[in-house]
Amino acid sequence: MYVAVKGGERAIDNAHAWLAEERRGDRGVPELSVAQIREQMRLAVNRVMAEGSLYDPDLAALAIKQARGDLIEAVFLIRAYRTTLPRLGTSNPIDTAKMTLDRRISATFKDLPGGQVLGPTFDYTHRLLDFALMAEGEPPLSPPPEEAVAHANPTQPVPHVASFLNRDGLIEEAAASDATPIDLTRAPLELPASRALRLQALTRGDEGFVLSMAYSTQRGYGRTHAFVGELRIGRVAVEVDIPELGFAVEIGEVEVTECETVNQFKGSKTEPPQFTRGYGLVFGQTERKAIAMSLVDRSLRWNELGEDNTGAPAQDEEFVLYHCDNIQATGFLEHIKLPHYVDFQAELELVRRLRREAQTMQEAAE
Amino acid sequence: MSDYNFAYLDEQTKRMIRRAILKGIAVPGYQVPFASREMPMPYGWGTGGVQVTAACLVPEDRLKVIDQGADDTTNAVSIRKFFQRTAGVAVTEATTEATIIQTRHRIPETPLTEGQILVYQVPIPEPLRFLEPRETETRKMHELEEYGLMHVKLYEDIARHGQIATAYAYPVKVEGRYVMDPSPIPRFDNPKLSGNCAIQLFGAGREQRIYALPPFTKVVSLDFDDHPFHASKAPHDCDLCGAKHSYLDEVITDDAGGRMFVCSDTDFCSGRRTAGHIGRLGTDPAHSRPHPSPTNAEGGSLPPRGERMGVGAHRQVGSA
Repeated sequence: MYVAVKGGERAIDNAHAWLAEERRGDRGVPELSVAQIREQMRLAVNRVMAEGSLYDPDLAALAIKQARGDLIEAVFLIRAYRTTLPRLGTSNPIDTAKMTLDRRISATFKDLPGGQVLGPTFDYTHRLLDFALMAEGEPPLSPPPEEAVAHANPTQPVPHVASFLNRDGLIEEAAASDATPIDLTRAPLELPASRALRLQALTRGDEGFVLSMAYSTQRGYGRTHAFVGELRIGRVAVEVDIPELGFAVEIGEVEVTECETVNQFKGSKTEPPQFTRGYGLVFGQTERKAIAMSLVDRSLRWNELGEDNTGAPAQDEEFVLYHCDNIQATGFLEHIKLPHYVDFQAELELVRRLRREAQTMQEAAE
Repeated sequence: MSDYNFAYLDEQTKRMIRRAILKGIAVPGYQVPFASREMPMPYGWGTGGVQVTAACLVPEDRLKVIDQGADDTTNAVSIRKFFQRTAGVAVTEATTEATIIQTRHRIPETPLTEGQILVYQVPIPEPLRFLEPRETETRKMHELEEYGLMHVKLYEDIARHGQIATAYAYPVKVEGRYVMDPSPIPRFDNPKLSGNCAIQLFGAGREQRIYALPPFTKVVSLDFDDHPFHASKAPHDCDLCGAKHSYLDEVITDDAGGRMFVCSDTDFCSGRRTAGHIGRLGTDPAHSRPHPSPTNAEGGSLPPRGERMGVGAHRQVGSA
């Protein structure tokens, strides 16, 4: 008579076993190794590291494998692992002027000190399916780097484009600060947020969300008028001060993408006409995200620059910061598939009662 | 699981959560921001409740987890398993035997007792959220005790429907001060919030808020003098145990409109059937859904009930 509608332990165990089987797929096809994912799905690995806020290509590749290629699920695995890690120390700020560059372009100057380095980009590829890859042939090796590029002298710092403009006072001053920023993963988000906190939220925010927010500002919802002053991708050293030694020690390097936009600004009541800045910094080669982040950063700065709030979504700090995290978003969105029969029963009862009363009133009126 | 600390969270994190809980208890109904951690289950699955439970658990605890009133719903099973695995604590399905009960959407039918802790999973802690989406605004409204908007909403319900059309997550006022969201419990459960002997803790992980009702706190469901609050449920008795005053699940039994009503609180229902109460469609309890005996993490059975009497004594949060 009474059907056991409520699930149980066995159902969960069976679901997990089936999931593991589905993850492996056809056993006639060789299994993917984590190293293969790390090396050949590197942009996916980068995205998982960026949104997972953990720089570890091996673990990110493992997460992608375990998540069957669902990148948000992979980000979630990394985030859940990350929270359990002890905080051993804090690194010194990375110095992106000392980056070993793979790519460095400026859209605002034809040539500039340090040069334009195109690097490994999709930009000028023709989007034609390469069936040779399907035949699993090895691509030819790329020629060795030419003498002219920054690789030739990696110890020579490459100055930022914004610093050239800054010399003439044409771009706003970005004051240096040694203040320790709030750690978004160790303190609840409270508003209004500092720029450092906003940037933290954006760099780990969902790429699709940040992209769409940035795009909306280009189309007129809180215009940003952005030029890519500079986009650079490469590796930077991470240094940690060792108190016992009294100096900083390099503990490794991370690959990052940095984007600084130069934005037209006609001046406001408080600020003179000058160019203003938007900033993006993301783990790995993730330039779509870094550019989008710099546009959204600039858009959220309307208040400190004395601009008008036009009511655009990308100007709304609370809207952007509360909704950019895909792990929070996907959790809350998907939780509606959990049982809600108690609430639904309460609603059923209410609707039945309201209908009964409406009917009684209608009958009385007739 | 020696790779992880007792009850998964590290001690510093537990301290941080305990401080938030203590503050919440000191200011009943006030939403305390806390640095919610990413948990190994998704936001929306009870991460707030899990963190609060983890911060309260001690090795001697006996944990009960319910979802929709039932111990055997998938997510309740999953959370119970999580704590068996990470804390190795004993678990139970009996409300009276539990020292901590984590719940989603229900308050057990069996009255709670002193020394017990009821932990609620909360999706949206802000009772004013659907009237004002901005957190910056709603926090100000709480500061100023500016609850006019809520009363207007309830009044508009009455003007349009002749009654307050909120069936669950029905707003309450705590000790005459803070308006609070009781989590999405049916309004049938609202009266149990007030004057409860147990400590009631509310955890919202994604929204990073903890709030609390200390024992014997006065909690009033919002209403008007001429439209007093009333707890409501389906106008039936439980078809299995015949209970007249328990909250019911509606179960569709065929495709011709056939349905039955059963207690949503599975422990309450099986307890009644064991005691010999039989409902309209009930059978001898020995042949219907068996009530599994409580087991601890290793699968052994629990010590006798008498040994849990010192519940309050070991619950010291001295390190916080």
